[in-house]
Amino acid sequence: MEKTLNWREFIITRLIKASGYSAVVFVALIFFFLLREGLPALAEVPLSALFSIRWYPIEGNNFGILPLLTGSLIVTIGAALIAIPFGIGTAVYISEIAPRWMREILKPLVELLGGLPSVVLGFLGILVLAPFLRRFLDLPTGLTALTGSILLGGIAVPTIVSVAEDALDAVPRAYREGAWALGATRWQTIWRVTLPAARSGVLTGVMLGIGRAIGETMTVMMVTGNAPVLALSLGSLFSPVRTMTATIAAEMGEVSNGSTHYHVLFFIGLVLFLISLAVNVTASSVLFRAQKRAERILS
Amino acid sequence: MVDKIIIENLSLQYSDGTESLRGISMGIREKAVTVLFGPAGGGKSTLLRCLNRLNDLTEVKASQGRILIDGENVLDPKTDVIALRRKVGIVFARPVVLPISIRQNLTYGLELAGEKRKSKLDDAVERSLKLAAIWDEVNERLDEPAIALSGGQQQRICLARVLALQPEIILLDEPTSGLDPISTGKVEAALLELKKEYTIVLVPHSIQQAGRTADFAAFFLQGELVEYDEGKAMFTTPKEKRTEDYITGRFG
Amino acid sequence: MKRIFSLDRHLTERIGFSLITLMAFLTVVPIVATVIYILSKGGSAISWNFLTGFPSDGMRAGGILPAIVGTFYLTLGTAIFSVPLGIAAAIYLSEYASDNRWTRLIRIAIINLAGIPSVVYGLFGLGLFVLFLKIGTSILAASLTLSIMTLPVIISTAEESLRSVPQAFRTVSISLGATRWQTIRRIVLKEALPGILTGVILGLERAAGETAPILFTGAAFFLPRLPGSPFDATMALPYHLFVISTQVPDMPIQIQYGTALVLLAFVLTMNLIATFIRSRARARRQW
Repeated sequence: MEKTLNWREFIITRLIKASGYSAVVFVALIFFFLLREGLPALAEVPLSALFSIRWYPIEGNNFGILPLLTGSLIVTIGAALIAIPFGIGTAVYISEIAPRWMREILKPLVELLGGLPSVVLGFLGILVLAPFLRRFLDLPTGLTALTGSILLGGIAVPTIVSVAEDALDAVPRAYREGAWALGATRWQTIWRVTLPAARSGVLTGVMLGIGRAIGETMTVMMVTGNAPVLALSLGSLFSPVRTMTATIAAEMGEVSNGSTHYHVLFFIGLVLFLISLAVNVTASSVLFRAQKRAERILS
Repeated sequence: MVDKIIIENLSLQYSDGTESLRGISMGIREKAVTVLFGPAGGGKSTLLRCLNRLNDLTEVKASQGRILIDGENVLDPKTDVIALRRKVGIVFARPVVLPISIRQNLTYGLELAGEKRKSKLDDAVERSLKLAAIWDEVNERLDEPAIALSGGQQQRICLARVLALQPEIILLDEPTSGLDPISTGKVEAALLELKKEYTIVLVPHSIQQAGRTADFAAFFLQGELVEYDEGKAMFTTPKEKRTEDYITGRFG
Repeated sequence: MKRIFSLDRHLTERIGFSLITLMAFLTVVPIVATVIYILSKGGSAISWNFLTGFPSDGMRAGGILPAIVGTFYLTLGTAIFSVPLGIAAAIYLSEYASDNRWTRLIRIAIINLAGIPSVVYGLFGLGLFVLFLKIGTSILAASLTLSIMTLPVIISTAEESLRSVPQAFRTVSISLGATRWQTIRRIVLKEALPGILTGVILGLERAAGETAPILFTGAAFFLPRLPGSPFDATMALPYHLFVISTQVPDMPIQIQYGTALVLLAFVLTMNLIATFIRSRARARRQW
């Protein structure tokens, strides 16, 4: 009886260990395939052309990805400017200010926002937000970077709120009580003690939220107007732009397998992968280092 | 009268090299209560957990020495650790009942061993609950969650849980540290009955408990075995000055 | 002097709290408003025919059954691949892995998988499943792609759930003669199951609503029949909504809102089920 048990358990244990490493395998696989299909772009399109400012692949083979980069950048920055204050503010409210019963309502609600499909948000963006902005700001079209930023902000907020709220919640009660004992108001305690103590968790939440914004596809494809123009000034916020993600989604269906256009789209995918890699590795190393520091301080 | 357990020159180390126990040699008499006492950090709990190889789960390793139970070295890598743990049961300081019913807590170990017959399981449940002196209190609610019981009752369930496997040795690591005096009394009374059949190794949570229960006592100080003697002799006329200082409360 | 000082601090606090409270409500109210808005606008389109009929007149009339069925198949396919693998990986991280370099590598990989843009998953799925493995544009390829995307969510929530089970249970189980796997199966996994289930449902909910990963790997706009095998392409709710709201001229607004409502209902139901499981488990917990 014991022997059979050991044999079965041995196999199960082996399978579990293999599953553990599956995530690494998949990341490597994704990286490999993006390289495989994206690197040929570097061979087929000279670097100067690749980083030029005209993206018109259909007519004239113009593969300048700069407009796409700036498009992604301006929409993401706009989203960050909205999401960070609202995200941190909401997290502070839920964790420090709201009464218990309200917390039980708000947390699921914010989680709900995180689950809303991006295509639904894009849909409402086209039908409700864009016309509103067009009339309110007197613009030629409502499909602008700003529209995208607002919606992306809404998409990034739930991530920021959930991670930051966990971080604030984890700050030991003793910190707050110490501050109150010294005569600080609750407001002062939040800003001078609790929030700084949760700094790394909040930062991680912000980075993950922004990471989500950078990677959004459908919403931006539906509401930012899809005009690949260089977006460098503040005014660009109020005109159409095109992000890297939208470009891939919009044009992949029309390219022939193996063509230069095909390779360039994969190249853009590779760039996106590397950007998200950088953001996430930084976010996690910030968190690791802070955890070590916290362990030293609290022990 | 024979030694059930013989510890030969045992030294234990943490993974970073610091020593936990140094050159411990002692015997543990069968069918008696041997008490391991001393101030915190003395290595008593660590030694206890070596006896059923529970230290395998932690970062403590034996750097030298042997532990012979019935003549076999249990530190040998070839030892059947599962069988060992059924033979050497342990009760921890905080009562930890599994999140299942009282009955299921008691039959857990037997079911792991492959016992499926309902009659055998029910017999084991009744027998072990009576030995732990708690049968009368719970026999009407065996299928209720064990967590619903009081702390003292839970600890006796933990004792019964060990007894259900019919071990030969019972280890107890400060088993009454969270309990009120009445529950403590019930546990100690159970031990005094149990020692007629089982070998008992106890880390007491107070000197007084050691005095009440010990047939044999061993004083541990910072990883060293300072003195070993019969219970009565140890607590009335200790031979070492350090032992006497600790017993009379000059340090602790 | 002292009184002015303290008045100032309390005033700051009052203003600050109001501002923060306002922010929180400005975040939450649009969520509720969105749901109510779609419900009101799309409610009238919902009918038995809409939910069980096929589209006609170039999608401008009729029902959306194939899209509903397609989303259901895709979610099922995602579950089949990602759930066992994800839970096994979580068990590894929680119960077996020690705290070394390799484990950190796994964790970094998981965080990365979580952050990869959904359209890049689409590219990957196209490159590996559709083209390299020659599975073609199919439910299978789309499900595999969605599974890898859902994996990090399942692993993280499952691991957290497993870790929350008190260590003392494991020690006790081992001391009674259990092996590590017996302990996991009988105690740890059993107690962590509600939390794991919640995470699985939330992960699948996200997969059900995604468009970009299925764009090039399995989604089709117009199919005359329901898919017959995993190697067929399929319609799907998110993709359907996208196309009818951006690429079909003269598309009746009713149908658009109706489709959005069905998708939202799908997602919301999963959310409610997950929340329900979570709170019920918390109430019945024996530790």
